Amino acid sequence: MNWDWTAVSDFMPHFWDGLLVTLQILVLGSVISFVLGLVWALLTRVPSRWVTWPVGVVTEFVRNTPLLVQLFFLFYVLPEWGVTASAMTTGVIGIGLHYSTYTMQVYRAGIEAVPTGQWEAATALNLPLRRTWTAVILPQAVRRVVPALGNYVISMLKDTPMLMAITVLEMLGEARLFSQETFRFTEPLTVIGVAFIVISYLASLALRALERRLAH
Amino acid sequence: MPTDTLPQPGKTPGKPAGELIRLERVTKRFGTNTVLDHLDFSVDAGKHVTLIGPSGSGKTTILRLLMTLLKPDEGTITVDGQQLFPASDKQVREIRKKIGMVFQQFNLFPNMTVLRNITEAPVTVLGMSRDEAGERARDLLDLVGLADKRDARPTQLSGGQQQRVAIARALAMRPQVLLLDEVTSALDPELVAGVLDVLRDIARSTDITMLCVTHEMGFARDISDQVLMFDSGRVIEAGSPEKIFNEPEQARTREFLSAVL
Repeated sequence: MNWDWTAVSDFMPHFWDGLLVTLQILVLGSVISFVLGLVWALLTRVPSRWVTWPVGVVTEFVRNTPLLVQLFFLFYVLPEWGVTASAMTTGVIGIGLHYSTYTMQVYRAGIEAVPTGQWEAATALNLPLRRTWTAVILPQAVRRVVPALGNYVISMLKDTPMLMAITVLEMLGEARLFSQETFRFTEPLTVIGVAFIVISYLASLALRALERRLAH
Repeated sequence: MPTDTLPQPGKTPGKPAGELIRLERVTKRFGTNTVLDHLDFSVDAGKHVTLIGPSGSGKTTILRLLMTLLKPDEGTITVDGQQLFPASDKQVREIRKKIGMVFQQFNLFPNMTVLRNITEAPVTVLGMSRDEAGERARDLLDLVGLADKRDARPTQLSGGQQQRVAIARALAMRPQVLLLDEVTSALDPELVAGVLDVLRDIARSTDITMLCVTHEMGFARDISDQVLMFDSGRVIEAGSPEKIFNEPEQARTREFLSAVL
């Protein structure tokens, strides 16, 4: 095995394209998973089985089936029903949806960890339910779960190459394409491997800084 | 202290200073454990009533029923002529406006500053402007001796300071009734006096009705118009503090007092 720096420099333009796509998937997927996970978590607390039961079934199903199968389903089956979207959009929604079923559990634990005394104080002050959630419970719950949410962002980063399977050219997709054209595997795969480590590391640094800030 | 800072329910024109709270045959069970057993009692407006008795005798449950944190299994509760159970959400919210509560564990909102803890409910519930609520909050912080702590977070305060903020927060809603649920039990001994002094001050200088569950017998003797001795979900003896503390009639009361005094 020999290392060829020319292959590295030939790959770099493709790498930057792939990096941008990977980061887009990560950011948009995270936003979707954070928002949707919170929606799921709140819906499971609605005092009606007509809401909690379907939400429970859907989220259990999504959490317990492979992301890759879900991506294929969204990309190849939904168009048969007339629902079409670009590979990128489908992938971002797919990964965001998949991870929302995990962040949902994180939020739920965070909400349950807020002491009952906080609910009681809100009741004693006659705060409306909505205000109790937005001003008292959620700020405390979210603060508690930031580390756990951050860990899922890093997990999600490592799942972004799955989107290659539905033709999204993120880092691995670019590397694979490059390899097919040049028959060089070592350099592109090494470059993206290093990139994954660097992104993970930077993300965990950002996360720790955020935790410190929230720890008032 | 500005006179309008504190609630002055007796000043409502034309309202007789009569009965404010009435419990009739109130029963509350937790599982098979009957905590309150067909309890009857009433509190007149402006009075300070202290509930004493052994742990588990139902004192705190009464406060929690009045604050609508619990529902009775049987019986009726009336506050200022309005029945609490059964009642619509709207009625319950109306009644809650008349009642404030201070908890054993303070229950301040840790995500808000001290000032915001006090202004949050007046602004969102009473529709007060932020400026007005802030002004009143500052007066109340003066009253509880924490004027310099308004921008602090609850976690930066001692237990005694937190509890004084909680008292200010309850008073900011101008309740007619203040429920005090073992407000010094969670405090280090040297912090108890500061909190009790604030409450003595409020008891003296306002005509707010107070219902107080406490193990501080000296405090109970000082502020109470009436003392109720509880045992096993019933009031077994009631009377002025002089009577209860100096010449209790019931053997159970004597036994309890000799154990705590």
